[in-house]
Amino acid sequence: MTVLLFSLIVLAGSFLAGLVGALTGLGGGVIIIPMLTLLFGVDIHYAIGASLISVIATSSGAAAAYVKEGISNIRIGMFLEIATTLGAVGGAMIAVYAPTDTIAVIFGFVLVFSAVISLKKKNENLVQYSGGKLSQILKLNSSYPTEHGEISYAAHNVPGGFIMMAIAGLISGLLGIGSGALKVIAMDHFMKLPFKVSTTTSNFMIGVTAAASAGIYMQRGYINPGLSMPVVLGVITGAFLGSKILVKSKTKWLRVLFACIITFLAVQMIYNGLTGKI
Amino acid sequence: MKNERKISDVDIESVMGRLLITGVIISGALILFGGVYYLLEKGLSIPHYKTFVGEPSHLRSVKQIFKGVIHFDSLSIIQLGLLLLIATPISRVIFSVIGFFFEKDYLYVVISFIVLIIIAYSIFSVATG
Repeated sequence: MTVLLFSLIVLAGSFLAGLVGALTGLGGGVIIIPMLTLLFGVDIHYAIGASLISVIATSSGAAAAYVKEGISNIRIGMFLEIATTLGAVGGAMIAVYAPTDTIAVIFGFVLVFSAVISLKKKNENLVQYSGGKLSQILKLNSSYPTEHGEISYAAHNVPGGFIMMAIAGLISGLLGIGSGALKVIAMDHFMKLPFKVSTTTSNFMIGVTAAASAGIYMQRGYINPGLSMPVVLGVITGAFLGSKILVKSKTKWLRVLFACIITFLAVQMIYNGLTGKI
Repeated sequence: MKNERKISDVDIESVMGRLLITGVIISGALILFGGVYYLLEKGLSIPHYKTFVGEPSHLRSVKQIFKGVIHFDSLSIIQLGLLLLIATPISRVIFSVIGFFFEKDYLYVVISFIVLIIIAYSIFSVATG
């Protein structure tokens, strides 16, 4: 396969990854890495580097649209970014000592865990007017626009959400993914925020989290321009289209799509990691 | 009082949105330009991504990347675009520090600044390399 053909196929695959990544709030990374390693046999280190960059593109491209819609919560995002960036730097530091098959297996389990959790509980359009004391001090309570008008919401269990975010950051830095799924879990399940606020704020935070570990990755030579180029360009366009669709589509459908894709990829990654094929 | 803050928040958010879009478009254009140039140059060669060897030192640090761009090296142009993409969310955090300051929300000036310091720690290793 020539560089030209390879680049075009990766471009098309990345476009789909960016589209699904923006729709589910998990970023393109969880699809990019299995695609590059399983389908094209790319070394997982290069895949991680390209994915990390694509994750920044997905987040920035889609966040711009969400921010204008007024769905994402910039205060919750910024406060929790302390946890995610700390974790991300730590994860990138650990990554250098982890062998490729170990990374693949961890990757798979993170995906399975995300799929199970995402289907476990559904609290859509949760209306609550008072949160904890901490969420009031940090001004985390807000409202977001829906088709039924503005809906108010409050943040619960802020310490729990913060710790979960640090773990999400660690996984992001270690695996080169946005770990949007774990960020959504922290906000959706721990802090009881509405699903759409969770996904969009998560998307908003992913770029900053990935940027925190990206410097370390580039320094180590994990970022290959020839490979990253079609990945990033595909993801930017896919994510742009995805952000246009999100506001209109139903959250239940999103969860099912999300769970199906990542479970399938997870099994593949774990199998290949255990058999030493990665 | 509550209304005033709401308006400020919306202002911050809309500027942030434009900032992110601008960053993505500029870096995307650089990557596309460098990419087309790269494919014209080396499109018919065989890629070798199967084993990790690490990128050569001229594609790792800011200084070396700029040197390559001046010499019109296609991979350096792509790498500059990737670097700009990394800078985009960071510029958003810098803007948040300023935005919250004008909004007189000093708690969030401090929170944004902490995030900035953590990222600076990571980026510092690239800038000096």
